[in-house]
Amino acid sequence: MSIFVNRDTKVIVQGITGSQGRFYALRNRDYGTQVVGGTNPKKAGTDVEGIPVFASVAEARAETGATASMVIVPAPFAKDAVMEAAEAGMELIVVLTEGIPAHDEAWFYNKLAQDHPGSRVLGPNCPGILTAGECNIGFIPAEVATAGGPVGIVSRSGTLTYQALNELTEKGIGVTTCVGIGGDPVPGTSFIDCLEAFQADPDTKAVIMFGEIGGTAEEEAAAFIAGNMDKPVAAYVAGVTAPPGKKMGHAGAIVSGGKGTAQAKMDALREAGVLVAQNPTEAGELMAEAVKNL
Amino acid sequence: MDLFEYQGKQFFARFGIPVSPGDTADAVDDAVAVADRIGYPVVVKAQVQVGGRGKAGGIQLADTSDEVRAHAESILGMDIKGHVVRRLWIERASDIEAEYYASFTLDRSAKRHLGMLSAKGGVDIEQVAEEDPAAIARIHIDPVAGLSEEQTRAWVAEAGLDERATDGAVDILQKLYRAYTEGDADLVEINPLILTPEGKLHALDAKVTLDGNASFRHPEWDELEGLESIDERERLAHEKGLQYVGLDGTVGVIANGAGLAMSTCDVVNQVGGQPANFLDIGGGASAEVMANALEVINTDDKVKAIFINIFGGITKGEDVANGIVTALGRVELRSPIVIRLDGTNAEEGRAILAAHESDTLISKPTMLEAARAAVELAKGA
Repeated sequence: MSIFVNRDTKVIVQGITGSQGRFYALRNRDYGTQVVGGTNPKKAGTDVEGIPVFASVAEARAETGATASMVIVPAPFAKDAVMEAAEAGMELIVVLTEGIPAHDEAWFYNKLAQDHPGSRVLGPNCPGILTAGECNIGFIPAEVATAGGPVGIVSRSGTLTYQALNELTEKGIGVTTCVGIGGDPVPGTSFIDCLEAFQADPDTKAVIMFGEIGGTAEEEAAAFIAGNMDKPVAAYVAGVTAPPGKKMGHAGAIVSGGKGTAQAKMDALREAGVLVAQNPTEAGELMAEAVKNL
Repeated sequence: MDLFEYQGKQFFARFGIPVSPGDTADAVDDAVAVADRIGYPVVVKAQVQVGGRGKAGGIQLADTSDEVRAHAESILGMDIKGHVVRRLWIERASDIEAEYYASFTLDRSAKRHLGMLSAKGGVDIEQVAEEDPAAIARIHIDPVAGLSEEQTRAWVAEAGLDERATDGAVDILQKLYRAYTEGDADLVEINPLILTPEGKLHALDAKVTLDGNASFRHPEWDELEGLESIDERERLAHEKGLQYVGLDGTVGVIANGAGLAMSTCDVVNQVGGQPANFLDIGGGASAEVMANALEVINTDDKVKAIFINIFGGITKGEDVANGIVTALGRVELRSPIVIRLDGTNAEEGRAILAAHESDTLISKPTMLEAARAAVELAKGA
């Protein structure tokens, strides 16, 4: 078991003919992921190392039965790509593209919530999702992961996601699913969405959560954990030594109140019963302890 | 991207939001000429991107050419909290009957836009929010549906502005929302939004932050660059497309991804060192990008050791290694490098580095070991 993706998930790649799209589509396929197609209206009918290229997501879906899409198109085209995937009925839309305007993200988040509630966006600006040993969609270097559980990982930062996998593998601990939710202002999938899914997944027995400064997502996750989770959670929040970030005028300060600092996030998590670490390695150690006591 | 007040006002004017007539001046004579042209009395305002201009003496009223000259002389070159004034905005002075506050920004938690309007403007609005939160009327806006006139009218009524201000406020808020969305701003804020004795509303200040990610659809933004008074190292890094924040320590930090870069600074701190900077080379870092990053760090005299922390997902190990090798040939580095390389194609990357390993290029397998080595080198130097 796992969350969101598994060995049966069929994936298409929007942007497969670009150099990055091609590189990761092939890497993901090499890992065992069912990468069954890609899209590019100008190159429909061709293939990328045997992966057929279709004119549209709807066509790709009809031909292959794919339910997940990996979006790796340039930022100016990301909004249209996400909408095309949602309109074609894709259940999971993993948006790797970085640099998407915040107004586009806010728009398609709400548009999907209203008109395509069956479509989940992961990202944007995220490293993707890995169910170890089964399916990898995106940038996560899956070879550092050990399959078989019992730990689920959710992280806001791409490279810290990989760091978390690495810490567990070094301690001989496996993972079920590792989700990078991305650090953009309007993530399609939140910490809470992932924590809820991990709590419901019988194979996930404990969770590592990596957050970072800014916003209030970690505080909200802490409240969720306190009220809804009985599986152990270890957390690390990056940015303790970061200088106070640029304040977004007065409006930003009012929205976040006293929240948003690494300290405030760690305090909230600690109060929720989370094992809070000072660095990624310590998070791995705390998790190893928790797994031993399961 | 934060705009100066005058840029914000020009931005507002494009969307039909009333602002005072005025112009910029970079020299004393120009300031007098602008004031003579727009008519007295005028306000001479320092253009800096920092709050508290008024208290620092950076905003002055002038009734005559001589007063403008005196104020311009004192304000140009003034240091306001580390920001040197290089430009003035001279505008016609306004009669003020009431001061309001209006803004739009994204509420990340609600995933919707947030409008805030208050009859208690002109002062520190954060203080109002703390002491009298009910004095700020808030509205959440669905980005898909937008902000209707009907919603705006109800919102204005809730804020309790002067009755004469109602129609003007509805009009300005609708335009301000358009400026916020069509203008791709992260923040638009008017404080104060003033009511004149004639019952007219207009923006007396303008705070605008544009979303740099949207620059591809705003060619007009090209003209806005150039006046920012940022740290020389930050400017250099920015030119090279790197995310850099200068700190005060001795360990130069280069990492890929904001989270890992922050974490690297944290770990340096935990093992007893002080990071000299935060530098995120981002995804897809090439040899060129890595070389650029090393060049930027090399300009910092305080740096005694460099800690490169790369966990490759999108960044391939051989690119990182090639970047370092290229940079070593290109820049005469003053400090030893400790590198921790892991992730995608890490083996290939380490093999490239192994051929160049020396006293000044050390490779460590974990983040903590690498941090300790870098801190030791920095202290021993």
